[in-house]
Amino acid sequence: MNWELIFGQIKWTSFVFAGAIENPSLSEFIASGAGSVAVLGALAAVILLTVKGWWVPLWRDWLTSVDHKKVGIMYIAIALVMFARAVIEAALMRAQQLAATDSGGFLSADHFGQLFSTHGTIMIFFVAMPFITGLMNYVMPLQIGARDVSFPLLNAISLMLTMAGAILIMVSLVVGQFSTGGWSAYPPFTGIEFSPGEGVDYWIWAVSLGSIGSTLTGLNFAVTIYKKRCPGMTLFRMPLFTWTTLCTSILMIFAMAPLTAATVMLALDRYAGFHFFTNGDGGNMMNYANLFWLFGHPEVYILILPAFGVWSEVVATFSSKRIYGYTSLVYATMCIAVLSFAVWLHHFFTMGQSANVNAIFGIATMIIGVPTGVKVYDWLLTMVGGRIRFTTPMLFHINFLLTFILGGMTGVLLANPGIDFQVHNTLFLIAHFHNMIIPGVLFGMFAAVQFWFPKAFGFRLHEGLGRASFWCFAPGFLLAFFPLYWLGLMGATRRTYMWSDPDYLPWLALAMAGAALILAGFALMVMQIVVSVRQREPLAAPLGDPWDGRALEWSIPSPPPDWNFAVLPEVTARDPFYEAKKAGTAYRSPAAYEDIEVPRNTATAPLIGLFACAWAFGLVWHIWWLAIVSFVLIWVVVIARSFATDTEEIIPAATVKAANEAFLAAVRSAPGVTRDREMTSENRGRAIPEGLEGRSGAVSSGAAVEVLS
Amino acid sequence: MSLSERLHPGINLAGTDPESHEAAEEVLFGFWIFLMSDLVLFAVLFATYAAMSVQGIAEGPGPAQVFDLTAAFVETLLLLLSSFAFGFGMLAMKYRESRRAVLGWLLLTGGLGAAFVGMELHDYYVMITQHAAPPQASGFLSAYYLLTGTHALHVSSGLVWMAIMAVQVVVFGFTTPVKLRLMRLALFWHMLDVVWIGIFTFVYLFGVAS
Repeated sequence: MNWELIFGQIKWTSFVFAGAIENPSLSEFIASGAGSVAVLGALAAVILLTVKGWWVPLWRDWLTSVDHKKVGIMYIAIALVMFARAVIEAALMRAQQLAATDSGGFLSADHFGQLFSTHGTIMIFFVAMPFITGLMNYVMPLQIGARDVSFPLLNAISLMLTMAGAILIMVSLVVGQFSTGGWSAYPPFTGIEFSPGEGVDYWIWAVSLGSIGSTLTGLNFAVTIYKKRCPGMTLFRMPLFTWTTLCTSILMIFAMAPLTAATVMLALDRYAGFHFFTNGDGGNMMNYANLFWLFGHPEVYILILPAFGVWSEVVATFSSKRIYGYTSLVYATMCIAVLSFAVWLHHFFTMGQSANVNAIFGIATMIIGVPTGVKVYDWLLTMVGGRIRFTTPMLFHINFLLTFILGGMTGVLLANPGIDFQVHNTLFLIAHFHNMIIPGVLFGMFAAVQFWFPKAFGFRLHEGLGRASFWCFAPGFLLAFFPLYWLGLMGATRRTYMWSDPDYLPWLALAMAGAALILAGFALMVMQIVVSVRQREPLAAPLGDPWDGRALEWSIPSPPPDWNFAVLPEVTARDPFYEAKKAGTAYRSPAAYEDIEVPRNTATAPLIGLFACAWAFGLVWHIWWLAIVSFVLIWVVVIARSFATDTEEIIPAATVKAANEAFLAAVRSAPGVTRDREMTSENRGRAIPEGLEGRSGAVSSGAAVEVLS
Repeated sequence: MSLSERLHPGINLAGTDPESHEAAEEVLFGFWIFLMSDLVLFAVLFATYAAMSVQGIAEGPGPAQVFDLTAAFVETLLLLLSSFAFGFGMLAMKYRESRRAVLGWLLLTGGLGAAFVGMELHDYYVMITQHAAPPQASGFLSAYYLLTGTHALHVSSGLVWMAIMAVQVVVFGFTTPVKLRLMRLALFWHMLDVVWIGIFTFVYLFGVAS
């Protein structure tokens, strides 16, 4: 037995700490520090779980759960942990660029390359994707009146594959180096000739795991929306967040496959000497560019569409008004989803197509601005005549409208190939896509957390700290990225680790200040969650409807029971819960309860995730025995599962009835809260709708009816 | 139209086993969507092959020099016959629920499928040893091996799946989950036919003719 057979290409020098010992420098110390944080963080988590005795509940109630609500919460937990890492990397890059005028700064070029590669890869695949997936997981089945998604186990497997990818990227902090090829990993630079070593392989397998997980998610959600809507929930009665979830799912089904193909081809080039993207021997990197962006552009809309859905829910709820232009919003979403497949070439206008091809894709790109513009007008007109409450999600929404339009304008500029030739590969582009993704997607997800947190956990988030974090995030974003437009026009290229032009310095300093504000905003957000958990008694809103909500998810307790709906609701209009409240038919007891079948927890998904992670690690380090054994074990688990027959359990009607009647009794006896008092401790989750304040006070139980709400 | 007439999952069980037919709706619809996503993968591989079989030949051999049309034709017949056999297997499951008949058809399907994979591996062997055409030789050959190899990998995983289903037919009999799995395997198997027709036409016939 020799070393290489057992450990592949891992050597003691592969560990990040070896770099600091062999070659002590600030850059290496920062790398080792990051590695230490990863190791210590994992260690701290293990100690906490052991001391508190949380191992068993973690395994029994969470990791083995197939409940869409718990899966959703775990997705968002992954997103927040990975966000912490990637946002710190962003601040490091800003600091390096500020420090590196006419000097090397404090990071080596290679370390800087790894930073922008992990920052981009993590932010897209392991922050934005899990964030939107988690949110869709939690909210969509509740909005369509379903008890779970169509394939709950598949859902848990998607989660665990994503988690395996995230773990792999965290491991790369400690063992080995990450790719320096950026998040898009263009060959031939990422080919074996120019990037030997494990870095690109980490990228390939982490991204592949995430991409397979997302394909399965898209499939699962699309089937759920088509097949599991409650009675009366026609497509055009679905809440807009569900509509955007449907469009995103369709995009996932179609767009993830090209990415998988591209990563597989790159892997074959690197591992087996194929010639897909090599220089010479018939390889052609343009094929990679096409495949990657055939995924990459729809990906942009995979991310932004759910955020658009969140904005539609937020603006209607906090304007106390039905959404303006529901139908046009639906068609606009569909148009965007279709057009998103017709524009991928604008990511490489400068890479040698004829002018006519560029022109066609430039025009298609500008056309996408039209349905997006329709949406912006609809959101604005929803606010007109509404009674707007400036809550944290609403502040994020208004900030989104203002800044997203500016980002959209620069997008239309970039869609013009002539202008693109001038500013491509500069910080102008960086400013543009951050301008779309941060106020659009990221702040949309933050708003969603503020909005749906009380639904998931039964208490509101501290509003003062929420606003404080908003007032750091919003100006922090402007400061951090608007100077980059100027820098880009001055000619500053992207992914550059040192400068010689002193004119850049003031703008870089402004951007650094913005990064500091964003970090402060994130710290305040973490503090908000901690403080809210501590003050969960005064913030409690167990009755389920803290914001005078409109869709079905607000009609059930917070947090919802395992079975979501005691009796499947029957819907006769859009905004069904809001209409029921206005008509006085909300919170009625159903005529009869039935037994409910729910899937049992199972170790299948976490085992698949574990073996997938080991498989990918084995491939990265050429530890062939590990890769083979893990791959076989993945399929052993799948096959073993297919022989299990006892996979469902029955919740008896009596249990459901007791829980639901207790909830309904509590709601009926609660005094209710008007909108001007919703941020006080009077808000227990029973809303008095706008205009019905006179009817406050306990209501009668009403006649028992066939349907709930 | 009644509900069971509107359902169109795969083989129509409405007349013989309405309960399984109702249960089929959601899982088979989901599987159709999976197949669609899988076909997107094949579409991407076809597009890659289309580009590289023209521009990626480099110093290596061209399509007409390395393809054996006779072997590809026999492979086509093997795969189509295996699908035909699977069709009979599904009919036996629907009308007779006879384990012996279904297992017999599955065995025939699997045997033909295995012969297909075996012949394809032999093709590869001939190409590598007699024509100096391994995947490392050129971009065209890389794309060829990836496209046909992905298809062969699908067929092979279908064979493993078929073996497992044979065991499940024996262990569980024709329960609803077993029936639904067989129906999905059948869809999967027929899709691989469709993809192979594309490969035979586009890669082999077109490659040798042009």
